[in-house]
Order: sequence, then structure tokens, then C-alpha cells
Amino acid sequence: MENTLRCDPYNLIITGVGGQGNVLASRVVGDMMIAQGYKVTIGETFGASQRGGSVMSHLRISARDGFSPQMPKAKAHMVVALEPMEAIRVLAVYGNSKVKVLCNTRPIQPVGVICGDQIYPEPKQIIQWIESISADARFFDTTKEALDLGNSIFGNIMAVGALSATGDLPMPLKVFERVILKKIPVGKVEINLRAYKIGKNLIRDK
Amino acid sequence: MTSILFETKQDCEALLMGNDAISRGALEAGVNVVTGYPGTPSSEIVEQLAKVAEDCNLYVEWSVNEKVALEVAAAGSYAGLKSMCVMKQVGVNVAADSLLHIAEYGTRGALVLVSCEDPGALSSTNEGDSRPYAKMMEFPLLEPGDFQEAKDMAKWAFELSEDLCNVVMLRSVTRLSHASGNVIMGELPKVAPEAVFDFSGTPMDQMKGSILAFPTLIDPLRRRQQEKLAKAETFFEKSVFNTYVGPEKPELLIITSSVCQLYAKEALSILHLQDRVGLLKLGTTWPLPPKLLGKYLGACEKIFIVEEGTPFLEDNIKTLAAEKAKQVGIKTFFGRKDGTLPPVNELNPDLLIEGITSILEIPFQPASDGYKAKAEEIAAVGAPVRELTFCPGCPHRASFWLINSALKLDNRSGFLCGDIGCYSLGAGPCGFSTIKILQAMGSGMGMASGFGKFDRFGMSQPVMAVCGDSTFFHAVMPALVNAVHNQSDMILVVLDNSGTAMTGFQPHPGSPAGATGMKLPMLDIEKLCCAIDIRVEVSDPFDLKGTREILLDLLEESGNPRVLILKQPCALSPIRKGSKMYELSIDTNLCLAESCGCNKLCTRVFKCPGLIWDTQKEKIQIDEVLCAGCGVCANICPTGAITAERVR
Repeated sequence: MENTLRCDPYNLIITGVGGQGNVLASRVVGDMMIAQGYKVTIGETFGASQRGGSVMSHLRISARDGFSPQMPKAKAHMVVALEPMEAIRVLAVYGNSKVKVLCNTRPIQPVGVICGDQIYPEPKQIIQWIESISADARFFDTTKEALDLGNSIFGNIMAVGALSATGDLPMPLKVFERVILKKIPVGKVEINLRAYKIGKNLIRDK
Repeated sequence: MTSILFETKQDCEALLMGNDAISRGALEAGVNVVTGYPGTPSSEIVEQLAKVAEDCNLYVEWSVNEKVALEVAAAGSYAGLKSMCVMKQVGVNVAADSLLHIAEYGTRGALVLVSCEDPGALSSTNEGDSRPYAKMMEFPLLEPGDFQEAKDMAKWAFELSEDLCNVVMLRSVTRLSHASGNVIMGELPKVAPEAVFDFSGTPMDQMKGSILAFPTLIDPLRRRQQEKLAKAETFFEKSVFNTYVGPEKPELLIITSSVCQLYAKEALSILHLQDRVGLLKLGTTWPLPPKLLGKYLGACEKIFIVEEGTPFLEDNIKTLAAEKAKQVGIKTFFGRKDGTLPPVNELNPDLLIEGITSILEIPFQPASDGYKAKAEEIAAVGAPVRELTFCPGCPHRASFWLINSALKLDNRSGFLCGDIGCYSLGAGPCGFSTIKILQAMGSGMGMASGFGKFDRFGMSQPVMAVCGDSTFFHAVMPALVNAVHNQSDMILVVLDNSGTAMTGFQPHPGSPAGATGMKLPMLDIEKLCCAIDIRVEVSDPFDLKGTREILLDLLEESGNPRVLILKQPCALSPIRKGSKMYELSIDTNLCLAESCGCNKLCTRVFKCPGLIWDTQKEKIQIDEVLCAGCGVCANICPTGAITAERVR
């Protein structure tokens, strides 16, 4: 097997809020890597977090060994955020000056913001902050694109598509097709393929 | 979509969640009977096996609670079937009485108890550690250290149980159960089990006698049990799941088990200490293999015990080292007890790096380019805590709104005893801090039964308890019977959302189908309450007006227990998900905002994520992505600015 990882282990975090399809996104990436012969460990925090809490998946991808499901601090190579505030939360612990970020700009307000106890930062401010603590940050509104497809949930697969376009990981379209066929009901395959391709183009367009 | 557990062929590699790996291991062992009670992080094991029950000829059931689950699985074993019982750590406490007796007698067909535990209480009300049960009740304990081992050791647990004729516990943790990794599949056997309970022999004939825990039999039973444990010890001396990596004479020996071995491995790799530090990973943690441990203890003076939960390994290895002091010499131990590792909470690679560097006195400073300080500074303002909350359209929000306002209107310092489920969040802001006591499954009702009897001591506060539908059957029923028999003055509110919602809608005795989807009789909570002669009311929590009247009426009554069943399916349930009952809209002319005097009741107090305050327009707004269309908010706005149009 040819090892085309930029770093080994490659440390990827996919983060978001409960209900955004974070877990499926990380499984799809993991399955795509395993299908190509890599070792993958995914550490997931879910459970109570599906009730509006932060969700985070740690993916450790390697050609040689299985790694800890909890990533050591400051070791992320890439953060994929389905929600912008969550990108900042993750960067504060796992970020470093070389980290890359892919970020959905559509906020999901925490309950503390809804009731007026907390303030959700201005979108422009969030983008500036993320840019200031990453080596390369790309932003897109996958929620809007996903709603155009009929459901905000497709934002997760769009983000995976966007990740594939960065070239950091070997993610050929045909491997995605093979993996998604096994992961979801047949009737949803086509729309997820479209979501993946839209996500891919979100990055290319920049 | 197919089941990865059943479809994946032998020698193929797949990405499996730890729980799926355990399920696959059970299938490879030829399991016949699978039982459990849902609880994070264990639930997926029974769920996945239920999906392949037909294909693999399994009997799978979600039992009413963990004790019954273990008894059903034990019956499987006594009938000669390979059986597995699955639960989270707290469930082992519920099952403990039966477990003691099953372990004392032993088993016929294999019996494997899987306990998935939650160091760090990521999704629990405790950091319970079940490992001490293995020592206390004298049965073998296995702890897989990665995903492949989760599968392989699950399979081995069945073989071991059959060899030893006793129950074997397989312990997983959240970071294994809910994490995923590469697993190479083994063979799925063809099985054709036959179930017979043989009682033709004498009581001490383990395979053929009656199974009796008579006082006169306890001495020989316990001797037999201890012989099995001694046999396990000899097996464990040679187990492939106990591994050592490192130099012959290490400067430091790490002894660890479970997922902590991955943290230790990664810490050593980051520190480049693999040539100086030895790593002894134990897969068999009770009974400990004394010869194996003696060998490695003898090679090193400094011993670092790395484990989550109680200092189970630490205490037992220290005992062993004391027994073997002449052979292995005097050791210095590091671990949770001396503060090298924090005494509570889960571990991770960073904590191990700190521990190892402090023991070896190696200076270790992660490269600092000011990134951390800057990112933390941004996060302090840019990423406020995302508090857990009820989902948009959750019936619990309406229920707690009602209970809270009824107790306030009643104005006698009434309080609510809580229970375990999503509705535990009723103790927090999203439930208006209504719950004042929150501990174990069923304990809210039990305590309310107590509080309701203290009028003779001048206690005049109204007492309420709340429980879910699954919890009602699990542990609330005996406490409710207690309250009826002792005529306790209290109100039980059953939040019936049609399933075990917190853990993913597993069925319970009130559900129309079982684990495998087979149609089963539904037990009616209302009828059960009527049968024990208790006043019972039923209402829909989304009907704020009607339910409030019932609640106030129940609060006026006194001297006996009363029950209110609030029925409304969970917003995420298959019945409700993605289908709105109401389309909500805002009449911005009617919303008076700050000048209304309602104190932004909708967002500041009610706090549904489907409602957002538009800070630009100073008006309420519906979040169309999140709103589930329950329509409750339309009934709380005093000016009628929120309108609900029935669409279903």
C-alpha cells in the first residue's frame, strides 16, 4: 500500500452540534480510509451530547498502527466544523499554528444565547478569529446548500466532500460511492452523492 | 443497507465500533441468547444483535431491568445455551444480587456478562467501576485493550466460561465501546442449539442437578467456585491478551489495562521512551496472573499503574508485590493513589505524558509559540459553553414548564424528585431547575415515598416525583407499590414519551414490539396504576391549559399517592421526527419585545432552541431549521404574537 498521508498519524477532528450528523460524517471518512488499507481509530463523544451539546469526533489515520481514540492536545492537522463556534472550541484545545480548518458558517445558537445569558459572536468576527488561529481556513454555508437539497442534515456529507477536495487525505469519489452504498438506505444514496459533489465544489470554487 | 456484523466475511477488515466488535465476537462464539437493559455506552450491542437475530437464530430481548436480564441469560445458560447479558456499569449494581448467586453455583452453557462503563461520566450520573465485583464475587474479568481485542476477547469469554463453568465478565469503557477501529473478522459458526434444563442429578452435579443455593450447600459450592478461579489463573498466565512491550530491564514499568494501554502507548511514542519504559498490558484483570506479574515486577523498581475508575489494579498488584516481596524486591508504586495521575475522571495521552515525565524527572514542555494562549483567549469569548438542553419540540420542556409553574402557584415549597433519562435535564436551566434530587434509576419515586410520610415531623411541602415510561417499569413500580401500601402523600408524574428515548428508542414492556421488532403485548401504565388502586390521570403535556388544571387539582388532594401520566412521543421518535404538527409563525406587530413586561418569556424563560431572539429587530423569530412544530410556545406568549397553524 502506498502511504499518501501528509502526516502519519493524520489527526482529523470533525465537530458540530448534536443532530448535525457528525457521527455519520466521521464514519464515512473512516470507512473510506479503511477501504484503502489504512488503520483508523475514531474517538467519539456522543450520548448526552445529542441533546444540543457539542459533538466531536477524533480521527487518527495511519498506514502503520492504531492510535488512541483521544487525540493528544494541540495535535490536530485538520478541523472540519459543521458549526462555526465549535471550530473555535476545538482549536483552543487541539489546534496549533499549522492546523487547517473547513468551516460551515451557519450558527446553531446555544440555549444560553437564546435566553440572553450569552452572546453569539458576529459571523465576521468568528471568521477573523478562526483565520487568526489556523494556517488555512475555508468557510462555506453548507446548511444553506443542504436546505436547497431538502434537509439541513446533508451538510455533514457536504463537509466530507469539501474535505476530499483539500487533497490532504486520499478520498477518491469512487471510494466514497462504495462506502455510502453500505452506510445508508438505497433511496438516500443519490442525494448523498450530490451532497458530496457539492461539497467538493465548495472548495474548488475558492 | 446490510448489517456489517453479519455480512462481513471472515478475514475481511472493517471499521467497527467497540460495541459492534463485541457483538461480532459473540456471534463468532455462536451466542444463542442475548439480553440487556439499555444504557450508554452499552446499548448498541443488543441493538445490533437484535438486527441479525433472525439470520443467526438468536433469542434477543430488552429486559425490564438488568437483574431480570441477567436472570433470563442465566436461564439460557442453565438450559445449555450460550448466553450474553449486556448493561452499563450501574446495571451491574441492579443485577448484583443474582450475580452473586449465579457465580456461586456456576454455569452450564457459556454466560458472559458485558459491562460497558463510563470513566469521566461522559453520559452517566456516576463513575461506577464494576471490576471489584469480580473479586468480591469470585469470577473472571476480562478487559479488551483495543477494537480487535474487543471482538477476540468477547469470543474468548464464551470459551472461557464454558471451560470454567462460570460467568465471565467482559468490561468495556466509553472510549472503546463508542470509538471505532480496524477489526479483522473471524468465522461465523453454524449452530443448532437445543435447550433442555436437566435436573436429573444431585444438587452438586453442576451439569445435571437442581440449582439450589441451600445453606448446607454453600461450603462445597464456594470451594468449587474457587477451584474455577484457580483454573482461570493458570489460563491467564499464558493468555495472549497479556502483552509486554519494552526493554528487558526497563527504568519504569507501566502496568495497565483496557483503553488506557492506547494512551500509554501513544505517550511513550511521543516521548520516544519505548527503549527505556516497559508496557505490560493486562487483558485478564481478575484473577491476576501472579507468575507473569512476578516476572515483570522483578525486572524493575518503579511501577506505574495506569487505570480508570477505582485503584483496582493498583491495590491488587500491591498485594501481590507484597506477597512476592522476597522474589521481586521492594517496589515504588505510582498511580492514582499517590497523585501521579488524577484520582478521578478519565485518562488521556496528555495525562500519561505528565505522569511519565514526572516519575522519570524528564523536562517536557510542549513547543509554545503563543498559539495556545491566543486560541484560549479567543475561545473564552468566542465559544461560550453549549449547555445541554431538551430538543426543539421535546415534550419534557412542556412537562417541566407545567410542573414548575404548578409548584410555584401552589406556593408551599413543593419539590420534585428526579430520575434517569433525558428528563434528568429537568434539574438544569432547560427544565427550569425543577428537579431537586437526582440519583439512581427509580430512586426519585422511592425517596418521594419517604418524603411523603414525614407529616408527623411537620413536613408540609408537596412532594412530587418524575420518571420516564421505561424507568417506570425498570425500578419505579416497586417504589410506587411501597407508596400505595404505606399511603405516602405524593404525586408521581410519568413522562411517557413512548420508548427508552435517551439511549435511542429501545422498546420496553409498554412498547408494541420487542428488540427484534416482533409484535408483543403492551403493558398499559394507566391500567397498572388502576390495578394497585391509585388515582391516576392522563394528559398531553402539549395541552398546557388542561394539564395545568389536573396538576393543580392533584396538588390539592393529600394523604395518599396520585399519578399523572403525561403522554406525548419524543420529538426524535420515528412517529414524530421530521413531521410538524404545527407551522409556527410570528406576528411581529404583536410582539412587544422589551416593553411587553413578559420578560421575554419565550426565549429567556421557555428557552426552546427553535425560538431565537432577533437582536437587530428586537423581536422573536422562529428557527425554521430547528423548530419541530409542537406549538407549545404559541400558548405561552401573553400577546399571542406566536401563532400555530395545524398542519397535521
